[in-house]
Parts: sequence; C-alpha cells; structure tokens
Amino acid sequence: MPKVTLSHFEAALVFALFSSIVLAIVTKRTDHERLIYGLYCFAGFLAFLFGLGWLMFLGHA
Amino acid sequence: MFSRQKTEKQPRPPLKVWGPAVAVGWLVPGGGHFLHKRYGRGGLLLFAVTGMYLFGLMTRGALFTPQVADLFTTIIYCGGFFGNLASGLLYLLTVWFGYAQPDMPGMVHDYGTKFLVTAGLLNVLAMVDAYEIAVGRKS
Repeated sequence: MPKVTLSHFEAALVFALFSSIVLAIVTKRTDHERLIYGLYCFAGFLAFLFGLGWLMFLGHA
Repeated sequence: MFSRQKTEKQPRPPLKVWGPAVAVGWLVPGGGHFLHKRYGRGGLLLFAVTGMYLFGLMTRGALFTPQVADLFTTIIYCGGFFGNLASGLLYLLTVWFGYAQPDMPGMVHDYGTKFLVTAGLLNVLAMVDAYEIAVGRKS
C-alpha cells in the first residue's frame, strides 16, 4: 500500500470533496439541485476552514 | 385550545423490499443504487466512499477495535469500530489482507483514522438513500 503524506490543508480539501459529493447525492432529489448543493457544501467547508484558520492565527497573535 | 394533530403512521415496508438494497449497499458503497439501476449516483458514491477510505489507509490511519472501559473510551472505540465496519467489504478486505495498522502518533495518521471512520459514516448515508429508493420514497 503506497504511503501518502498530506498537509492540513490537503487533508481538509480531500475530506471536503468526498463529503460534499455524498451529502449532495443523499439530500437532494434532482441532478441540478445535487450539483448546486455539492458546490455549496464544498464552498462551505472551505469557508469554514479559512475562517477557523484565521481565527486561530489571530488568537495566537 | 390546542388541536391535536393526528399523524398517520405509514406501514413499514417488508424486509424483502429494502433488505437486499441495504445489504448490498453496506457491502459495496453505492451497491444499493446499482441494484436499483441508479448507476450515476452509485458510481459517485462508490468513488467518494472508496476514495475517502483509501486515503485513510494510505495515510496509515488505524482501524478501531471495540474496547470497553470508561464511558468516553467505550464510546470512542465502539463507535469507531462500528464506523469502520460500516464501510463493508473495504473494511473486511483490509482486515483479511492484513492492511490494518496499529495506532501511531502523528498528524497524518490521525487524519487517516478519521478518514476511515468517516468513509463508513458516509456509507451509512448511502445505505439510507438506497433504502428510500427501495421503498419508493425517493426516485
């Protein structure tokens, strides 16, 4: 089994991608709604990631 | 005066209607969707759950074994074990072929352990979706 090393950001990106796909498929009823919701979830994950990152950075400053 | 609303209880669908979809969905991520000819959705679920699981394995994440001790340990280890088990064949193959790894300290391995559990939990969502398709609540 090959070994993969991910940074914090890469790991969060991979997590957000796969989770968004599943959440979009299971929660919405049409393909258009799924696409929109998948993108929305992915963007939400990233926004939260950057928001939390900045919050921690400023908290330590 | 509050009016009491009566909610009609829907009869539970027979096991033979949804059982195969849920069982196949557990064994192979997206399998329940394949069984009902939802190939696109099944393929995407297979890709997402397997991808998450493989990333967990490749980052040397650990699989949980059930342990009973104090409440917190019991919840973490038993919950983690059921999360791993929910990945179905992926989990079984990992254990059978000896790819399960011991818990190691480190940020990447820790992410891997979470990825492995999350893959199982995402598969539970896929199984619920397969159930809804099987009983006709969803197209």
